[in-house]
Amino acid sequence: MDFFKRHFLVPLIAVLGLIAIAYVGVAANLQFVFGVVIPYLAVLIFFEGLIYRAISWARSPVPFKIPSTCAQVKSLPWIKRDLGDRLDNPENKWWAMGRMALEILAFRSLFRNTRTTLLRDQEKPEDSRLVHWSYKWLWLGALAFHYAFLIVILRHIRFFTQPVPQWVTALAEVDGFVQFYIPTVYITGVLMVLALLYLLARRIYTPNLRYISLAADYFPLLLIISIGITGILMRYFYKVDIAAVKQLAVGLATLKPVVPAGIGSIFYVHLFLVCVLFAYFPFSKLMHAPGVFFSPTRNLPGDNRWNLHVNPWNYPVKFHDYMHQEDEYREAMIEAGIPVEKEK
Amino acid sequence: MEHNGNYKNEFGWFADKPTVPRKLFHAKAVVGGLLIFLILVTAPLWRNLGKVVPAPDPKLNTQAILALPEKDRVCVEDTAFMKANHMRLLVDWRDEVVRNGNRDYINSKGKRYLASLSNNCMECHSNKSQFCDQCHNYVAVAPNCWGCHWEKEKKQVAQTEAK
Repeated sequence: MDFFKRHFLVPLIAVLGLIAIAYVGVAANLQFVFGVVIPYLAVLIFFEGLIYRAISWARSPVPFKIPSTCAQVKSLPWIKRDLGDRLDNPENKWWAMGRMALEILAFRSLFRNTRTTLLRDQEKPEDSRLVHWSYKWLWLGALAFHYAFLIVILRHIRFFTQPVPQWVTALAEVDGFVQFYIPTVYITGVLMVLALLYLLARRIYTPNLRYISLAADYFPLLLIISIGITGILMRYFYKVDIAAVKQLAVGLATLKPVVPAGIGSIFYVHLFLVCVLFAYFPFSKLMHAPGVFFSPTRNLPGDNRWNLHVNPWNYPVKFHDYMHQEDEYREAMIEAGIPVEKEK
Repeated sequence: MEHNGNYKNEFGWFADKPTVPRKLFHAKAVVGGLLIFLILVTAPLWRNLGKVVPAPDPKLNTQAILALPEKDRVCVEDTAFMKANHMRLLVDWRDEVVRNGNRDYINSKGKRYLASLSNNCMECHSNKSQFCDQCHNYVAVAPNCWGCHWEKEKKQVAQTEAK
């Protein structure tokens, strides 16, 4: 098996296997395991792992200050700096927060994604040009996926709360404003799957991306795609008793778990995949969510010129100076007639 | 011989590897951030924590249902199917009636029913607030059936349908 097949097929088989596990498990009447035990375990692993990793990151010292230097640093008063410069090379922590907010809310570093293409000229090869152009599709796809996923998650609050908060129903109403099909199609659900399919396709079809894509890149994509697809199937096609589903969800949320009878197995498949996502989260690249807050190129203000950053690793170093050297070779030096500081 | 450190390899003596201080850097920001995250994520759940939230209880005790003999107290399809699929069924009925003028519904057991929300479903389930609304409110769905098909309008709709 070649590199791509190994790294793509293994996660694909893993996701299909997970679906099969949940399906078989429910067929074997393990509703309590898949409906209560595994969700609690997954949530526990999620929070425990998230906190553990965040704390372990916070324990590693930052030896150097790494300002992002692609903008004009604060300097002499007559050197012009516009808003972009202030955000890219922030002079204090408030501007650094602005840079961080732009990164988290608007994915600014993806926005500045450039591609390099060689435009070949068949007629006159000497006119071939190397063009750098701004590739916005990754940014757009990532933005669409992340915001759609956020809204999908927020909409699910209706299953965990009773009474359902006003803003959740309002959100669902706005999301379903097209009033197409019964039950109303939520735009974000469809958008999420489409964006994920784009993000997957881009890894598969771009040769240089396929070359650097590993199983750990495909697995979360395939997992979230399956979560989206099972959710869509369950909402629009293979329907389940939604009141019983909410009973189960509310039972989990209130720590009084109940497993109502008669929920279709597609629900347990959906739930199990979500649990796997939660449990997998702290061990995976999905930790970029808390990780972005820890990235030194985003959270450190570029104030090197007027604030000293002391490396927390600094420790007293014994230097091997000239006197040590002379102590070591004194006799040989005297013998060779080289002047020494101390005779003995 | 005096030397620099206490770590030796083939090139000579070296200082120890630096010991990284066991310290939580920016503890306030990190712990604060984690706390904010935990609070945000769990906030919707605090209200009912540890309480038993009553399950929806759709009532089947309308006059029309009680008047039926025990063995005839069945819906157009079986209960499990109706619980999950009644909305699809109603929409299919609507499409059949509005587009094809077909008011017949043959159920899975081959029995014929009148395909009408107002004149069939709600003949038995005339207690909207104790039946329909129970689950609809519980899972926070607001179907727009009731824009036309309820109580005061019922007769009006029935008249229109009769025309």
